[in-house]
Amino acid sequence: MASKFETPQVRKFPIIPKLENSATSHLSPFKSKEEFQSSLGYPGELVENWQEKAIDKMGDLLGKYRSLRVYLDSCIQCGACTDKCHYYQGTKDPNNMPVGRQNLMRSVYRRYFTLPGKYFPKLVGAKDLTKEVLDDWYSYYHQCSQCRRCAVFCPIGIDTAEISMAAREVMDSIGVGQKYCNEIIGKVHKIGNNLGLPEPALADTLEGLEEDVLDDTEIDVKFPLDVKDSEVLLVTPSADFFAEPHVDGLIGYAKVFHQAGISWTLSSHASEAANFGMFIGSYDNMKKLAMRIREAALELNVKRIVFGECGHAWRVAYSFLNTLAGPFDFLDPRYPVPQHICEITNGLIDQNVLNFDKSANDDMTLTYHDSCNVARASSMGGIMGGQFTIPRKIIQTVANNFYDMDDETIKEKTYCCGGGGGLLTDDLMELRVKGALPRMEALKHLIEEKGVTHMAAICAICKSQFSKVFQYYDLELDQIVSLHQLVSNALIMNKKEV
Amino acid sequence: MSFVTILYAAMFYFAAAILFIGLAYRVYEYAKIPAPLKIPTPPAPMTQKGVAIRIFREVVFFESLFSATKWTWLFSWIFHLALLLAAFRHLKYFTDPVWFWVSFELVQVAGHYAAYLMLAGLLGLLARRVFVDRVRYISSPSDYLILVLIIAIAGSGLMMKWFPSDILAIKLFFVGLLTFNFSELPSDVVLLIHLSLVIALMIIFPYSKLLHAPGLFFSPTRNQVDNARSKRHVANWAKRMESTK
Repeated sequence: MASKFETPQVRKFPIIPKLENSATSHLSPFKSKEEFQSSLGYPGELVENWQEKAIDKMGDLLGKYRSLRVYLDSCIQCGACTDKCHYYQGTKDPNNMPVGRQNLMRSVYRRYFTLPGKYFPKLVGAKDLTKEVLDDWYSYYHQCSQCRRCAVFCPIGIDTAEISMAAREVMDSIGVGQKYCNEIIGKVHKIGNNLGLPEPALADTLEGLEEDVLDDTEIDVKFPLDVKDSEVLLVTPSADFFAEPHVDGLIGYAKVFHQAGISWTLSSHASEAANFGMFIGSYDNMKKLAMRIREAALELNVKRIVFGECGHAWRVAYSFLNTLAGPFDFLDPRYPVPQHICEITNGLIDQNVLNFDKSANDDMTLTYHDSCNVARASSMGGIMGGQFTIPRKIIQTVANNFYDMDDETIKEKTYCCGGGGGLLTDDLMELRVKGALPRMEALKHLIEEKGVTHMAAICAICKSQFSKVFQYYDLELDQIVSLHQLVSNALIMNKKEV
Repeated sequence: MSFVTILYAAMFYFAAAILFIGLAYRVYEYAKIPAPLKIPTPPAPMTQKGVAIRIFREVVFFESLFSATKWTWLFSWIFHLALLLAAFRHLKYFTDPVWFWVSFELVQVAGHYAAYLMLAGLLGLLARRVFVDRVRYISSPSDYLILVLIIAIAGSGLMMKWFPSDILAIKLFFVGLLTFNFSELPSDVVLLIHLSLVIALMIIFPYSKLLHAPGLFFSPTRNQVDNARSKRHVANWAKRMESTK
């Protein structure tokens, strides 16, 4: 297991840390085994002529992704991004400065793909792709959660996520894959969800939830699975089926659908919203995973697709699903495809379909964590900034006590939880704890100033990450809550069956 | 024709060819490579017009940089503004008759004082590169050299105030290059240094980070419309993977 490490000090006034060379060069996630690699179409171990293969793959990607090509060319090395990454702030490692991370690939790009790099490598900082460089790639491209905070501040809009995705794709193609991501993608291909939860187990879990809700509320709220001709196909992260506080969010969605009289179903074929194909930069894998959702929607003959609380899933859903698995002309054209559960709840609030007893959440003073991929890679409600306003509006509709964290740490400037982008694995616990620092600082300041007790989020990774790292910062794991858990607490249910 | 005139005429044609063909080729490459996925960053406009406004604000005000770091913004904005003003002043060497607005006193005077502004901005950027540990860490020799090169261009240009050349002859030389009606270039040392440095800058432009200029216009995080749900966006290479289902 990971060696002992110190939790970073929570600073009263965050200042930019001094560099500590190689502070986290020892952090690398477990490598993927042959069986997981081959099921995704990648070599099982480092191939013999890996250098040549890697450069070929880079050339291939440079011709396919304008972002990669333009971003490798255009960096001015101005330093605007250097202090913007949560991993840099938490680890002080210069390779965790966004430009430092990018330069690991940019130096290789310059060496093999540009004239000055071929003839004057030292002058322009070009480097051969050696084994040491590959090791640095593996280490530091798995210390990027692809949260895009740096891209917001870059004068050219250079997005480090594009580069780290490409790097992971190059490494996979020569047999150097990450265990956590690739094992999970394999499970989705084989079983249908990240947790490897087969259909009977899922049906069982949902039945249990129905009993729990019935015991709690005396109302027969259904959790339908594979019910044909439903109005809505709900696609949600599989953590929603059992993890805390995720499952309380799922109960919230079910209550909203029940109360609004919208028929809905989950699918055992597409029982996972998350699309880890994005983390490894693989268009092919991302498309295959997205196609399950299309297939499920066709098979179940639904009219709309709704996504549960999941940050990266919502990015793929909002920004990529139409591209990867569209066109969705077989669905009801009155609704965007897909919709977010917050858009559903928000719409029902606007139509006065839902009534709330706000005092049910009075035991909490709340704040809201903008999950990085919702904040910086998607929107909601068809309006600019809807991804910021809609969740806040819902919280303020169902609860009395709400405060925002510091402006520099929310909305488009939000900090990643520290576990996004395929890093939510125990073998990277040191990185996760350190990367959580800026969010923990903003939260702790608000706890001191306003007496905030709980933080709501709409991302399965954020929820899992916080419930794990909170203890390192002297917080309780149940201080992270699902947004629809708050909805669930306050929603006034009719006893009468719909 | 003196040797100096022939040499500089040849070098300017060569450098201009590298600059314009090189830059055109880069732009062609950037335009040809597809952006397969929608990746705009917030605040992401939902219309093409909104995107145009966003790019305008980035190009003119360096809005993102302003939100990132005030010092770097200040130095680089001053430098780029001064570069523009100096370029306006220099148009008098290339236009015959001189465009009416270029001959305005204000344009000419602003272009002169721009040299001081430019030096101030560039020295600020250089100081940041030397003294801020994070920026020093990411700097390669070429990052310093480009700054030094532009500082030397501004400095040598400013020196011509004290080591003047025959302005009319310079103008005839450049207009001659443009119209193939060649004329002698004065062989004053400061002038020749200034011109040599400009030639060097023209040559390295399409091979260096100076590509950030066209790059900004091709940056998908900034130039894409946020409309993925309502408008299907598929790259040509991805169309091959489309199934019939």
